Amino acid sequence: MSAAGPLPRRSHRSHLGEGAPTCILDIRDLVVAAAGKSIVNHVSVRLAPGEVVGLIGESGAGKSTLGLAALGYLRPGCEHAGGTVELAGQDVLRLAPKALRLLRRTHIAYVAQSAAASFNPALRIADQVLEVPYLSGRTPAHDDALARDLFERLELPDPATFGRRYPHQVSGGQLQRAMVAMALASAPQVIVFDEPTTALDVTTQIEVLRVIRDAIRSRGLAALYISHDLAVVSQLADRIIVLRDGGLVEQGATADIVSAPQTVYARSLIGLRRETAVAGDAKAFSPVLEIAAVSAGYRRGLDVVRHVSLTLGAGRVLAVVGQSGSGKSTLARVVMGLLPARDGSVRFAGGVLPALEGRTRDQRRRLQLVQQSPDVALNPHQSVRETIGRPIQLFFGCDAAETERRVRALLAATELPEGLIDRMPESLSGGQKQRVCIARALAAEPDVLVCDEITSALDLLVEDAIIGLLKRLQTQRSLAIVFITHNLWLARRFAHDVAVMHDGAVVEHGLAGDVLVRPAHAYTRTLLAAVPTLEPGWLDRQTA
Amino acid sequence: MKSRWFAAICGGFIVLVVLAAILAPFIAPYGETALAADPWEKWTLAHPLGTDNLGRDMLTRLLFGTRNTVLVAFGATLASFVVGVTLAFLAAVFSGWIDQLLSRGVDILMSIPTLIMALVVLSVMGTSIPVLICVMAALDSTRVFRLARALAVDVMALDFVETARLRGEGFWWFLRREILPNVMPSLLAEFGLRFSFAALFLSSLSFLGLGIRPPHADLGGMVKENAAAIGFGIAAPLLPALMIGLITVAVNALVDWQLRRSAQPVRRA
Repeated sequence: MSAAGPLPRRSHRSHLGEGAPTCILDIRDLVVAAAGKSIVNHVSVRLAPGEVVGLIGESGAGKSTLGLAALGYLRPGCEHAGGTVELAGQDVLRLAPKALRLLRRTHIAYVAQSAAASFNPALRIADQVLEVPYLSGRTPAHDDALARDLFERLELPDPATFGRRYPHQVSGGQLQRAMVAMALASAPQVIVFDEPTTALDVTTQIEVLRVIRDAIRSRGLAALYISHDLAVVSQLADRIIVLRDGGLVEQGATADIVSAPQTVYARSLIGLRRETAVAGDAKAFSPVLEIAAVSAGYRRGLDVVRHVSLTLGAGRVLAVVGQSGSGKSTLARVVMGLLPARDGSVRFAGGVLPALEGRTRDQRRRLQLVQQSPDVALNPHQSVRETIGRPIQLFFGCDAAETERRVRALLAATELPEGLIDRMPESLSGGQKQRVCIARALAAEPDVLVCDEITSALDLLVEDAIIGLLKRLQTQRSLAIVFITHNLWLARRFAHDVAVMHDGAVVEHGLAGDVLVRPAHAYTRTLLAAVPTLEPGWLDRQTA
Repeated sequence: MKSRWFAAICGGFIVLVVLAAILAPFIAPYGETALAADPWEKWTLAHPLGTDNLGRDMLTRLLFGTRNTVLVAFGATLASFVVGVTLAFLAAVFSGWIDQLLSRGVDILMSIPTLIMALVVLSVMGTSIPVLICVMAALDSTRVFRLARALAVDVMALDFVETARLRGEGFWWFLRREILPNVMPSLLAEFGLRFSFAALFLSSLSFLGLGIRPPHADLGGMVKENAAAIGFGIAAPLLPALMIGLITVAVNALVDWQLRRSAQPVRRA
């Protein structure tokens, strides 16, 4: 079989409809299995030239597996268990490795979620971006003209010299755009985008989305766009396919899916984006935690948090929103005592809080932290019982029977089945782990809970459930919560008060109903405008 | 699959070695120092592996030699781990000047060549078995400290340790519950490796005349005592050398297998 040349295109089955456009990528009835379980289950996707199809679903839905299968690649441990994947008429899952590589060089490219993890840190950006056209013999080793053209097109700074930098010398958004440049460099017909903006801030996300949209449009590329964020997908895709647990749930034109989803699951995904604000009430409250003109940082002379003053009322939720690097997590570390403040003070229940070593057991108990990644927040060698039971023993000195009773009560309060009590963290899902973390914090019966991006590692529906739980617990126990998040949707749904942080300073602070509805500061407006919505044409308006 | 069979064979061999070490006084055909026949006799029914340079039964000497070598190497390794790991965790948990003091102290100890250090100390303090174990443990604990500290510092940076810190847990809780369980696979693998190094180190000390003192048998010393026989085409010095080699290979193969097993990704339920 000749390797590079396209084979004669087979005629497609007639029931696919007369006049169906010729199709560049045809995934038919694909089954991929791992460890005896099918993780992609009889899914068919057809991609016409120039068409953008969005694949949406939660983690474990099989989106990435499907996207990689389009390149004829299966992750180690995955097995092709049925169906075909045809790229430009060739069955890529049965192609010999060498022929497959040649086909990929000319026909398909892949943009991964984390550019930082995908670039080789020891090579210059241009060398990596231009590798494929060089390997396929189309360009010389250092084709400066091509590099410059690509970087210009993606609006990267100093296109003539950008490629000479190393990956760590550019920002995350720039690196993500450089990866799009890498995909375009080989002039493919199909690009698979695998969550290319998930790791980015909302304002950075908009820039990347815009260059992706322009690249697709100007070259008439076909694309598979994989994301868990329906709003993002709806801005780019012509058609949307909803996946769940490896199976196809629903598919249709973007407008139809967004306006009239047919299945319960698709409706729940869309519903999450439609929910609106809790009205912030302006009633008087007594302050429980006061942050007064706090400055703090890690390196000498470099303050990550600058003169921040905030007040948390008893039984209220204060959302601290901002992009990564805005200093919001550092503020949490200062409040918890993990990082001493350079300047200013943190007052709690009437007294000034010292750094961690100086805090009394009671102060430690009344201020509890829930961390971002449940995967590393739980000791993998302690069972759920030990994890939740330890603060009870330490702070209240309870005996085994009383501890057991309280642990079970906390499991019930965090809506975890009692049968989980002897499980190890390894066998819990992400959402369950975060519930255990919340239960561990509540075990100390705190007055103030500091939640640092507690849902950013979770899927949308799980996030929704966790926020619902936290809301109920907050009202039942009249907890005061510092809710740190980059997600304005969550702040709007959950918080009474909102503080917006930018470059280490609070730029706006007030009731959620005011700040998020009638923002006074320009940065808050930028931030709000950058949150993707389901409205058709949102992206075009944002970047017009 | 293949490596598992190899690991099983090596494991079986180590079990035999341990049994031989424990049961040597009961299963050896002659006494440890008994002169049984002429020097360097051929392999016969009475002396299945011949005799050594003084006419002692080779099989008996090998059994006792293995017993002494394994005992001292195991004791020294165990002691070096107890000392090294405890100090390393102290350094990792408290960091700051405690860490600096311990780490720089270890750096100084490590800058002196091990063998020379051992020779000096042993020639001053004598070569009784407790002294031998202590000197070897002290020297080896610096290497254990380095590894254990690096592992513990990694664990200390994880969020669940931060939570324990916020709770105000004490050092023993960190050592026993937070760090140790999470670094156990690496430490176990290192233990196997260190054990075989200790056996080799003891053998070289004995070869230099500063290890286990004659007339007690040990593998390194036996190589030295019988070295001359190699000139006459007699296998006597090769047997203890082979034993050292086999123990080292078997322990390392097991360690390798354990490392590879623990490196495999955990399958999610």
